[in-house]
Amino acid sequence: MLDRFVKIFSSLRLTVVLLALGIILVFVGTVAQADEGLYQAQERYFKHWWVWGVTMFGYKIPMPLPGGYLIGTLLIINLIAAHIKRFQFTTKKLGIQLTHIGIILLLVGQLTTDLFSHETQLRFSEGEGKSWSESSMDYELVLTTDADSNSEKVVAIPQSVVAQGGEIKHLDMPFTLRVKEYWRNSEPVFRAPMQQNAPPLTTNGVASSFDFHQSPVTHSMDTKNVPTAVIELAAASGSLGTWVVSGWSADETMLSGVRASYSRQMGREMAESLVTRLSGNQSVNVAGKSYSFVFRPARAYKPFSLTLLKATHSVYPGTDIPKDFRSRVRVQNPSKGEDREVDIYMNSPLRYAGLTFYQYQMAAGEMAAQSGETPSSTLQVVRNPSWMTPYAGCVIVAAGMIIQFMIHLVGFISRRKAA
Amino acid sequence: MSNSSSSNSKSAAAQPRGWRVVVAWTLILVFVVEIATALFVKRADKGFAVSAFARLPLVFNGRVQPMDSLARNSLMQIRGITEVPLEGNGVDGAWGSWEELRAKGGELAERKWFQFSKHPKKLKPADWLLEVMGNPEQADDRYIFVINHPDLRSLLKLEGGLDKSGLHFYRFNDITDRMKELRAEVQRVAKIEATQRTPFDQAVVKLDNAFGLYFRLKNTLQPQDSKDFRKELDEYLAAVKSARTEAQERQSRGEKMDREAIDQLLAPVQKLASRYEVMARIDAPLIVPLPHAGDKGHEAWHRMGDALLEATGETMPESVKLLAGMASAYQAGDVAKFNQEIGSYQGLLKSEGLIKEVTKSNQETFFNQLLAFKRSMYMYIVAFLLVLLYWAGLNEIWRVTAMRLLLIGFVIHTSGLIFRMWLEGRPPVTNLYSSAIFIGWGAVVLGLVLEKFFKDGIGLVVATCVGFLSLIVAHSLSQSGDTMEMMRAVLDTNFWLATHVVVITLGYASTFVAGFLALVYILRGVFTKTLTSVTAKSLSRMVYGIVCFSTLFSFVGTVLGGIWADQSWGRFWGWDPKENGALIIVLWNALILHLRWGGIIRERGLMNCAIAGNIVTSWSWFGVNMLGIGLHSYGFMDAAFVWLMLFVGSQLALIAIGSLPLSLWRSFRDVKPPSDSQPPSGGKGVPVEA
Repeated sequence: MLDRFVKIFSSLRLTVVLLALGIILVFVGTVAQADEGLYQAQERYFKHWWVWGVTMFGYKIPMPLPGGYLIGTLLIINLIAAHIKRFQFTTKKLGIQLTHIGIILLLVGQLTTDLFSHETQLRFSEGEGKSWSESSMDYELVLTTDADSNSEKVVAIPQSVVAQGGEIKHLDMPFTLRVKEYWRNSEPVFRAPMQQNAPPLTTNGVASSFDFHQSPVTHSMDTKNVPTAVIELAAASGSLGTWVVSGWSADETMLSGVRASYSRQMGREMAESLVTRLSGNQSVNVAGKSYSFVFRPARAYKPFSLTLLKATHSVYPGTDIPKDFRSRVRVQNPSKGEDREVDIYMNSPLRYAGLTFYQYQMAAGEMAAQSGETPSSTLQVVRNPSWMTPYAGCVIVAAGMIIQFMIHLVGFISRRKAA
Repeated sequence: MSNSSSSNSKSAAAQPRGWRVVVAWTLILVFVVEIATALFVKRADKGFAVSAFARLPLVFNGRVQPMDSLARNSLMQIRGITEVPLEGNGVDGAWGSWEELRAKGGELAERKWFQFSKHPKKLKPADWLLEVMGNPEQADDRYIFVINHPDLRSLLKLEGGLDKSGLHFYRFNDITDRMKELRAEVQRVAKIEATQRTPFDQAVVKLDNAFGLYFRLKNTLQPQDSKDFRKELDEYLAAVKSARTEAQERQSRGEKMDREAIDQLLAPVQKLASRYEVMARIDAPLIVPLPHAGDKGHEAWHRMGDALLEATGETMPESVKLLAGMASAYQAGDVAKFNQEIGSYQGLLKSEGLIKEVTKSNQETFFNQLLAFKRSMYMYIVAFLLVLLYWAGLNEIWRVTAMRLLLIGFVIHTSGLIFRMWLEGRPPVTNLYSSAIFIGWGAVVLGLVLEKFFKDGIGLVVATCVGFLSLIVAHSLSQSGDTMEMMRAVLDTNFWLATHVVVITLGYASTFVAGFLALVYILRGVFTKTLTSVTAKSLSRMVYGIVCFSTLFSFVGTVLGGIWADQSWGRFWGWDPKENGALIIVLWNALILHLRWGGIIRERGLMNCAIAGNIVTSWSWFGVNMLGIGLHSYGFMDAAFVWLMLFVGSQLALIAIGSLPLSLWRSFRDVKPPSDSQPPSGGKGVPVEA
């Protein structure tokens, strides 16, 4: 029985089948991106064990397909099994051994990247310093109160918990938080005076000037789901009130978009005032203490800070073709006594403290100058413990193939010479 | 190649005899003389100093380039062909200039290919550009807008026009009174996503783009309605000066001027300046070097409109005056004056320290006129025919001659490639166009290497075929505009362009070479009796060897791409279409090798798989760009889609032919099949020696 298993898993036929399935999967998963969107297609086809139903050229085909994880894992098993079974250390096979070891390294590296890598974003304006980065997808409901004169007490409730609804209690909250409504994606609409507005969701805080509507969940690469929730806070004595908390109020990227859009419609001043209202602070007083709450992009704090000194966006003369995006950044790490400046630009990220900071987006240059915005820059912050594996894997596989093919080539040429 | 006739089964053929040697060497001589003429014989201008004009530098697409490049690229985009004929066929076999023929009525047609005795007068690219810039009224009467969609022609009520083998060309004047209808369509199409547009919509967009470009060119040197720009410039300066003096006088008198008074004072200036504002707003080429431009780098170039609006009175740059002088002299037909102005302008460029720009423009003009890739294309096709002659059993001399021609073509191809790299200061592949040039080059190298070892013409056929086809692809890609455009920020890295892009492109080239070798196997096997067991075996070895080679290159290239992505976006692998396309090539090559090692496929299976490699590679090279998604998509093309489908279809058909039972193969019908009957060589999972 075991023999049979070993035989199947170490067979070359399995390799061939897996490679063929891999080609089909990659092809289907690529074509499907046009219909399903890049992100959704990647998730469904490459980051799952099994794919149920595929989309091609606008048609849904109810066809099952082994997913990326399944094919990848089986390939690793196949490779390792074949090597254990047939391993011989001869120079003639050295190339093949090396090639396959490199491939295993690459596959394992990709798997660990999938499991352990973590991406966040850091958006800052010139002069601004930050010691945290933000998730581009997930939000958290954060309640803050002064612990003493110097420090704050913070309760952060992940979006997934808010999404479950119901009542949320926490030792540091002298009240119960009840989620009355939760929308994964939403849209704010200004309650313009002198217009037929529906009654507000609640009369407290931001809801007095803005209505929020549920909108369909998006999977596209260039749009994002911004959640909104209606929450009621209740102390033992009774309800403290109902508020609307929305990602729109605390997400700088979205706020900057809102500002730009209102700016075009009704001028810069008006836009500024609306954005101030949308992002205004909301809080409640309980037992003489003020608790403010905000639904903001989930943060990851760092033991150091980055300050944007200058954001440069240059274009080629007489065109809109971008020539350079560059952020001059100051890195300060008091615990290590570090304080230095560094340039982060395209193809030249900053690697620091196990993280890599990439130039991602930028609002600077002439465009920003025209709309009166302070130049700002967004860095992609990636923690990927296995980032070195592709480098090593590439070198090993290349070396292996070159050795193997050289052996063939030299043999071939010498035989031809002899002939 | 002196030893080339001494080997292989063909060497038994007759020794080259006298007349063949003469024909062979004449052929080579013709090509060499033609190239030498292009290189060393200078064409003197008979009237206006157009060749001097062609070399004048300006800034467009974010880079310094000569007028010649602007002219070629624009004409390519607008007309698809870089010449504008002025004479041709009318009705009833009449021959003459278009004006004369139009008077007689009926369809006009360009010179037919068999009319060897006719040599129509033509505008070269720079002639045409000078006319567009200097005499727009005349330019409006040239047949340059290609409009082939019948619905678009009927929308614009276009009849007649100029025909060239089914292509229809029209004048700007033919269309002017139907501009409103076109505008309406353009506005409708603008709201439709590029991927959802019908062929008619695309034709509308294409024509609109051509008009846009033409309008920009007409307003580059002077306002398009200017009759004597030099004189107008003086009037403008005088008007500015008098308005200023007047204003100062009134101020000194203590007069207060209201809005209306200021408007009235500026009216003569404004009348001219409103046209300059239009010139400044459109994305016209930057034609005016500012004073002391040499020290300012790229910032030193302005649009004519900007220069006119910014500089007033005494501060008008000398370059503006000279350029205006050129425009006026050209419009007036004053050859001597024009040539004198252009001479002064060249002197001014030097004295302003623009030596580098002038030199680069000269070099690029030389490169343009060398037409290196076109010339090597012709040599490849002739070499290809010669190898076919050799295969038809004629004579070894044709193979040797083909080899010599291929080598000359290859030298030209290589010099073009290196010249381009040197001009751009970049590695060989920077965009889709140059990837086609490089794939052809790589394929020729591989073919030459194969020929060196096997000396049976197969390497030559593959080299000439892939070389020719990829240069054709490059030629049609060049219709979308400047092929030396500047690199966007993320691509602006010579290190990764030199490693990832070059390696992956070599991977493409080698996969195509393997595929075309397999085509040779199947076509010769099925349709001729020439596929002997020796030839079959050597083809099999070649394909196997090349597949190994392309596995290595496509793998390393793909992983390097991942590493680049890790450097610029923070992820090694993003399942982006272009990445996936490259991955499929790697997987496909790996699959072929494992199938072969496992003995699951043999000679014929290997050939069919290699042909399928052509499909896989063409999909990765072009197909993924047509999906219109992903960070890599550097060009959405639709006309290319039809060609891609045709290519894929042809390859599928050839695979079907290759799968026919051996009894239908002419080469094997009477012979015992050479290798399919043999047991698989080598054990399972262990590579077989090729």
